[in-house]
Order: sequence, then C-alpha cells, then structure tokens
Amino acid sequence: MARWPKPAEGSWTEHYPQLGTGPISFRDSTSPEFYELERDAIFKRAWLNVGRVEEVARVGSYFTKEIEAARASVIVVKGKDQQIRAFHNVCRHRGNKLVWNDFPNEETRGTCRQFTCKYHGWRYDLAGALTFVQQESEFFDIDRDAYGLRPVHCDVWNGFIFVNLDREPRQTLREFLGPMVTGLDHYPFDKLTERYDFVAHNNSNWKIFADAFQEYYHVPSLHPQQVPAEVRDPNAGFECAHFQIDGPHRLVSTAGTRRWLLAPEYMYPIERATRSGLVGPWRTPDIGELPAGLNPGGIEPWGISNFQIFPNLEILVYGGWYLLYRYWPTSHNTHRFEAYTAFHPAGTVRERVEHEVAAVVLKEFALQDAGMLGGTQAALETGVVDEFPLNDQEILVRHLHKVVVDWVEAYQREHALVRA
Amino acid sequence: MTDTRLPSAFAELEPFAETWCLATEDERWNQRLASSMADMREFYDAFFPRVEEAIDYCDKFSLDDMPDDAVNLLRLIYSLVMVAMAVEIFKQPTPTDSADAVITRISEPAP
Repeated sequence: MARWPKPAEGSWTEHYPQLGTGPISFRDSTSPEFYELERDAIFKRAWLNVGRVEEVARVGSYFTKEIEAARASVIVVKGKDQQIRAFHNVCRHRGNKLVWNDFPNEETRGTCRQFTCKYHGWRYDLAGALTFVQQESEFFDIDRDAYGLRPVHCDVWNGFIFVNLDREPRQTLREFLGPMVTGLDHYPFDKLTERYDFVAHNNSNWKIFADAFQEYYHVPSLHPQQVPAEVRDPNAGFECAHFQIDGPHRLVSTAGTRRWLLAPEYMYPIERATRSGLVGPWRTPDIGELPAGLNPGGIEPWGISNFQIFPNLEILVYGGWYLLYRYWPTSHNTHRFEAYTAFHPAGTVRERVEHEVAAVVLKEFALQDAGMLGGTQAALETGVVDEFPLNDQEILVRHLHKVVVDWVEAYQREHALVRA
Repeated sequence: MTDTRLPSAFAELEPFAETWCLATEDERWNQRLASSMADMREFYDAFFPRVEEAIDYCDKFSLDDMPDDAVNLLRLIYSLVMVAMAVEIFKQPTPTDSADAVITRISEPAP
C-alpha cells in the first residue's frame, strides 16, 4: 500500500541507522530503578515546557508548576521589567512551600505584587529578592541579599515557557530545541489563544502514553469509529507521509484529503451540521503565512505535523489550530497528562461551536488511547515478554525509548567517572 | 410562563432544558454518563433536526453580549454535540474501550 516514498535506504527506520531494526525492550517503562535514574538524567537536565507567555500576561501574573519527577515545585512569574522568571517554590527561612492556595500539593495561579510566605510572613518581590523579614532584629546579622528565592533557569521560545532544573544547563533552550523544532519559529502560536484545557491521571509510565500519540499504526484498529460504520474498511491501514528525527526530538507528518472534502457519508451527522469534527473546524482562519518548517517533508496535500519535543512535550499543528500534550511522570507507572486545544479567538457563536466540537471529539478518541494504558502497563510489568517488534510506522516509538536510555546511560557514565 | 429558559422559537425543547442546559463540559460529560441511551436518543431526535437553525439563531448575537435565553440555547447545542458522540459514534454513553480512563476538562471559554 506504500503511497508515500520512503528514504533511499528503503525505510524511515534504516534512514537513521543508530535506531536499529530489532525488537525493543520496555523495561524503561516498568522499572522503579530506571525511573529513579530518569528523574536525574532527564527531568533534572532537559528543558521542560511549563506553560505559555499568555498565562503570565501581566506584571505580577504567576503560576506554580509541580514537577514531581524532578522533585521540584516551580513559580513562574512576570516581573516589573516584563521578564518572565522561574524560582524554586521554597521559602528561604524554614523551607515552607511559598506559593500555594488551598493545599500545598495543588498548583495555583494568580496575580500579585509580591510573594508572602504563609508561615512567618517573609516577603519576596517579583524578581525573587527577599524584601521583608518579620522581626528582622531578632536574627543574627541576616543578609537579606543572601536569601532571595533560588532561581530556576527559564527561557521562552515562540511564546512557550521552558525551565531547566540543572545547576548549569548543558545547552541553551534554542540549542536544545535544534533546527527542526525551531523551524516553527514563525508559527503564530500567539494568535491561537482560545484554549480548552484538560488533565488526566493515568495508570501507566509516561512514555507509554507518549507512544500512543507518536504512531498512527494503531488508528484503524483502536479508533475504527473515526470513520462511520457504513464506510469502514476492516483492512484499512495508516501510512504517514513523513518522519524526521533531529537530536532527541521527533516529527511525523500525515497527508491526505481534508475530511470535509470527502463524500458526506464519511462524516457523522454532527460534523456536517456544525462543520467541524475530528480534524477540527472545516474552515481554516487566516492567521498569516505559515513557516516552511511546519511541513519540512514538503508533503502535498499536507495534513498535520506532530512535533514530539523531548522529553515530554507534543505540539500537533493542524494548520489553523494546534493541540499540546505534556506527560508528567508521578511514579514509574503513573503520570499526569496535560492537554489543550488552542484556536484563534472565536469571533462568532458559530466559530465557538466549531471549536467546542473539535475539543469534544478530541477527548473521545484520547479516552480510547488512555483506556489501553492500565492493561498495557500491567501486561508489561508481568515481565513475561521483553522483546517487542516495531514496524517502520512506529519509528518514533523506537526513537523515544532509545533516547531515554541514551540519556540515562550518559548520566550513569558521568557519575561513574566522578566516583572513579 | 416564568420558567422558560429557551427562546420562544425553540419552546418545544423546554422539556430538555433543565437537564441539558449546562454551563461546562464537565457537567455535560457527567450528565451523559448518568443518562440512558434511550433518554439521550430522545433528546437527540428532538433537537438534531433543528440544530443548524439553533446555531444560526445564536449566531445573530455577539459572543460577549448574548441574552440569557440564547446562552441557554447555546448550552443545549453543546449538549447535543456531547450526546451525538454517544448516539452517532459509539452507540453507548462512554467511548468504546475507554475502560477506566478519565480526562477532565478544567477550563474553557465562556459562553
């Protein structure tokens, strides 16, 4: 059925010979010991996306982010100088969690002039400086300048706020993202601010859910309902038009006729009535010229591009809207899944309905993916099987697990050297 | 009548308004899970033939200045979308094979 040309080597996988073609292990997703290594080797070293600049729109706007895998809680705040900064969410006096609302383990957001610790009332300004110590004279020559909030490395790419919990990041954010991801430099994410946000607490390793969204081989089998029963082909396959790997990051593009250009029987009645559905609103808003980096394979007709940004971020662009996923490990076999769909702000009720339909349909099918997780995790944890064959359509699954193991091994080598 | 929620042109849908005029996706989702397929089918059959007309009706207003009855009608449209997933696609209240998975919508634009 190959409709899309493969690289000269004969397959996408062999085009990247470091990947190999043999069966892979999922021990990296079942082992508590491996998870402990991942925490230090990956989540305390990689740049992690925690939000968008629109979430800290004004001076004093802040949010907190719990990053369990790195044993960190981070405050992200916009300062008086308009700069966005990140700090460890730890009061320098007695270690109380500085910013929280009802419960300390729950994330919060808001706008403030300064941060005041609930415990003894120490205050910090928006740049992290300690500005007030209750009964300061009771202390012993305390130097306020020495007790500012501990900063976290923070940088912004195309409106996405990243933090890095390493003492000294090995790469700048831009170096880390590399040319493939920064090919999206001029994509107008800032125009797509109407968001529908979701969260899920899933019973699998974080990579197992990421895997579900980096191959489409499963689509005809797990999601047959994406096509109405009357026109469903039981032997249908799914072939992606372009795969690309750049450093630790991955990309897949699909092609194909726009769903709404198909015969009416290929759509559900609610899609026809609302002119929206599985692949979003039928009409694409004019959000200006889109960068060539959005479709680096030059696929025509182009469908979507799905950027898998290491370690735990996915940005899937549909042209006029996008969705974003983050997978936050909470243990070796659980994770918190954050997702949102983002559209240009609806100008009319009809547009709002189109956006609602797209957001509803997305959740329906994501629930089918999530429904697999508990069973997959339990089956993998039996340890009965540890060699799993992957096909060429699953090249990105192969790549994620290889990169994760590579980062862990590099970390182990460094520490072995230090100990030696 | 003082209890009407919907524009008079859609008065025939009043019996569904109390159950389905819900402001958030979280409420609409929970209502779907708590409903029988027969109840959802009844709502779908009553409303689907007029949903495009209902969208056109709401579309006459600006999003930030909608009268209450039009907002209720819009919420009913959202509920029809929610119910259509069960009626048209899965033939059951939850997505096929979604097992114990839960995904919660935590924020959305209004209305």
